[in-house]
Amino acid sequence: MALVKLDDVEAGYGGAPILKGIDMEIEASDIGVIVGPNGAGKSTALKSIFGLLKVTGGQVSFLGEDVTNALPDRLVPLGLSFVPQEHNVFTSMSVNENLEMGAFIRRDDFSDTLDSIYDMFPPLKEKRWQNAGELSGGQRQMVAMGRALMSQPRLLLLDEPSAGLSPRYMLEIFEQVVKINASGVGILMVEQNARQALAFATKGFVLANGQNRFTGTGRELLDDPEVAKSFLGG
Amino acid sequence: MNELIFLINKVLISGTVLGSIYALGAVGITLIFGILRFAHFAHGDMMTMGAFITFVLASIAAGLGIVAPVPLAIVVLPLAMALAAMMALGIDRGFYAPLRARGAKPVTLLIASIGVTLMIQGLIRLFAGVQNRSFYEGTAKQVFRIDVPFFGATRPIVFTEPQVWMMGLAIVAVLALHMFLTRSRLGKAMRAMADNADLAQVSGINTQLVVRVTWLIAGTLACLAGTMLALDVSLKPDLAFNIILPIFAAAIVGGLGQSYGAIAGGFVVGFAETMSVFNWAILLRPFRGSLPEWVPNDLSIVPTEYKLTVAFVILVIVLLVRPTGIFKGASS
Amino acid sequence: MIRRALSLYLGLFVLILVVGTFMGAPFTVRLCVEAAAYSLIALGLNIQWGYGGLFNFGVMGFLMVGGFAVTFISMPVNMDFWSSEGPFLLFRVLLAAGVGAGLVMGANRLHRLGASARWHRTAQVGAWILAYIIYRSQIDPAAAYIEAEAGYVGGLGLPVLLGWIFGGVLAAGIAYIIGKICLGLRTDYLAIATIGISEIIRALIKNMDWLTRGTLTVSPVPWPVPKPQDLQELGMETAASFIYARGAYLIVVILVVLVVLFLIQRAYGGPWGRMMRAIRDNHIAAASMGKNVKARQIEIFVFGSVLIGIGGAILTSFSQILDPGGYQPIHHTFLIWVMVIVGGAGNNFGAIFGGVFIFIVWSLSANVSQAMFVSLSGMFESWGWGAIPDVESRSLQMRVFVLGLVITLALRYTPQGLIPEVIRRHGDEETKKATPKQA
Repeated sequence: MALVKLDDVEAGYGGAPILKGIDMEIEASDIGVIVGPNGAGKSTALKSIFGLLKVTGGQVSFLGEDVTNALPDRLVPLGLSFVPQEHNVFTSMSVNENLEMGAFIRRDDFSDTLDSIYDMFPPLKEKRWQNAGELSGGQRQMVAMGRALMSQPRLLLLDEPSAGLSPRYMLEIFEQVVKINASGVGILMVEQNARQALAFATKGFVLANGQNRFTGTGRELLDDPEVAKSFLGG
Repeated sequence: MNELIFLINKVLISGTVLGSIYALGAVGITLIFGILRFAHFAHGDMMTMGAFITFVLASIAAGLGIVAPVPLAIVVLPLAMALAAMMALGIDRGFYAPLRARGAKPVTLLIASIGVTLMIQGLIRLFAGVQNRSFYEGTAKQVFRIDVPFFGATRPIVFTEPQVWMMGLAIVAVLALHMFLTRSRLGKAMRAMADNADLAQVSGINTQLVVRVTWLIAGTLACLAGTMLALDVSLKPDLAFNIILPIFAAAIVGGLGQSYGAIAGGFVVGFAETMSVFNWAILLRPFRGSLPEWVPNDLSIVPTEYKLTVAFVILVIVLLVRPTGIFKGASS
Repeated sequence: MIRRALSLYLGLFVLILVVGTFMGAPFTVRLCVEAAAYSLIALGLNIQWGYGGLFNFGVMGFLMVGGFAVTFISMPVNMDFWSSEGPFLLFRVLLAAGVGAGLVMGANRLHRLGASARWHRTAQVGAWILAYIIYRSQIDPAAAYIEAEAGYVGGLGLPVLLGWIFGGVLAAGIAYIIGKICLGLRTDYLAIATIGISEIIRALIKNMDWLTRGTLTVSPVPWPVPKPQDLQELGMETAASFIYARGAYLIVVILVVLVVLFLIQRAYGGPWGRMMRAIRDNHIAAASMGKNVKARQIEIFVFGSVLIGIGGAILTSFSQILDPGGYQPIHHTFLIWVMVIVGGAGNNFGAIFGGVFIFIVWSLSANVSQAMFVSLSGMFESWGWGAIPDVESRSLQMRVFVLGLVITLALRYTPQGLIPEVIRRHGDEETKKATPKQA
């Protein structure tokens, strides 16, 4: 069964819809990457899954359950996690506390998960008692992803995880994304660095004007001359 | 050295007492601001309400013939704090939550809190009348006098029993709040929501629960502060309405939303008030003989009638010089 | 919309007639004079809050300023003061204030002479302290001398209408200073700041005995029209003298309200009003279009305060007494807010309706709630529960509770007020109901 399924979803911020009927499907083994020009509705697609804006048509389902317009406090326990693009750490709290907040819904002992996240992002372990606001951009992104993983999600939604990062950090983040997926967590992310991201994507979605334009594996999209010409800069 | 003792009595002790009350009130205001982003104007009256709950409970306890080595107000305080917390929750449910659900602006909530202020004041005066009451009717307030046998001082340092309780309980309350905010899951969630409400929601934090906890804590602290103030002076319906401005000044001086800033702000404002009405000429008395004639006998910074305006002047200066409060940047 | 407003005003007229029948004409005319003054004050607050979105919780302060201004202008000259050393001492105070202001201004300009930021700041603080000391060294003896020799400085003996205008001017000056300091602040800070400033004004007027006689009060403040006593001296009956004198006063006040209403309706329909609404609804967008937002906001804050100051002056003249102890935030700030919220923020006719209606209800509710409580107390007594102690003073508090309840209920159920704001869009002759301002 598909982990998450978008069926003809329309959504927007109250005015004219930004998504005009899109379809997507992600399995637990998938890394889905959404690419497309600015204003195509990439982030809007992620937010419509996570209940951060109003879905006005179509259906969002998670593991077969209808979660259209469900709010985060219902989605997180179901197994969804979301990493926003900006303001994605609690700047006045320590790294460790940021991660704890990700585990807010868990009442069991989460020290194992905490350890596994420090293993995944060694720089964070050194700075675990430092305020997240004092970290560099790349380290903040690690904290944000670690926070999202603390709830042990089945599906991780990432909104432009490499935005504003140096190429070195970008590759490191992508490497971790592949590793997280290997551990059995489905990934759906929006990326500006389309070529690098599609290289490891099992599913790629090209959006334009709030609609699906091309769908295929990452490789297929990279090899498609029309996609390359129109959306990947030749 | 009697002059120095006078300084200790008038500035140090009064300032500490005033500062603790301001600090407890300002913490409540700053917590509510951090979570709900509006200036809760009715906080002063929640303090008064708390003091009245304590007073009623203490009277009932006295009527039942309960005798304790400490003032009855202290005995019933935990129960009063619990009741006040529930009432704070009820006020939120009844008057603020519906506005929030409609997506009202913070300004609307501020006006609503003024409505709540008037309602609480009206109810208290309706049921309790307008006269002053004392927790120490019949029993005398115990006064401690500590002699200082140095430097030829003959006057003692004076403070009263409720003042000791006040300082002790204020310290306990601040420590408890500190432990709650830094150690407990809910306390951390509160800080997270104050830091970044959107991210807190995305993380799956139960923001409704955090809001409820915030009101419980604010109500508890307000009851404590109100009771302490009433023990120290007397209980009257406009008890705390009169000090809501200095309390807001304290919260803003500390940086709205910053709990530790609010505590520091409370003491800054409290000491500033006592220091500015203190007649500094008293300290010059021993040197009177060797001073020129033109030195006046009254060297207080402002006349006593303007004591309440001191807090406000501090507020304006802080708003002009550093609008985010003097403790912005310190982690909370 | 228009029909609704008309029927509301008709209802108000009927209410006044009913009150007149039961309470008598002299009482009702007095009520109407005060209600008209309050509607002017509500208009002022409506300009600030309804048009400009600016928070003014310091209405009481401006009312007191207006009250002081008209007292100072219209009271007879106090010869005791003018024949004493007082004027000379006050001249020295003025000189000291000038020297102090010069010091502060000099320190503010120090950085132009190449002083480092730190020196600049230190010099500024030093200048303020020095200025304060210089000023206090002059004002304290002067105040003590005047209070001892002459009581207070007295008035200028000028016409009352000039005093009303001066009330507006003084309020404008203070509003300008507050606006300069506070209007950049976020709205909650502005609310707290204005409350604080009005408390400072109250403390000053209450304690500057040499200028205002403080709690000793000044009376009788003159009227712009003959007083009832004047008419009685001419041989008129008591009741009739009250009706005619107060009626004449009422006409003057209504004229003022009408002139003001005409002016602001015209201004609001024009480009100025459009700009104000633009700033209120989205000041960032307005700023990006090249509008000087802060200057416009100061303008609107000053203009609203002028009306509040004039209203305060009218009230003080009418009551014939300046009593700083009689001003309370509940009656003189929050009541006005209820008028504007209930009437309809952003609509002048709503504000006037709210001002008159709420004031009449507020005034009558004193009698109603007392009657209610006295009979309740009687019932308790007959049931053997005993009478309610201090029933008179307690029953008045019921009104405070109801006032608070009205605020919260109005915000919840009719956030736009009884006569909501009407927005006339450009090129659209049909009037539309305003979209909710997310009040």
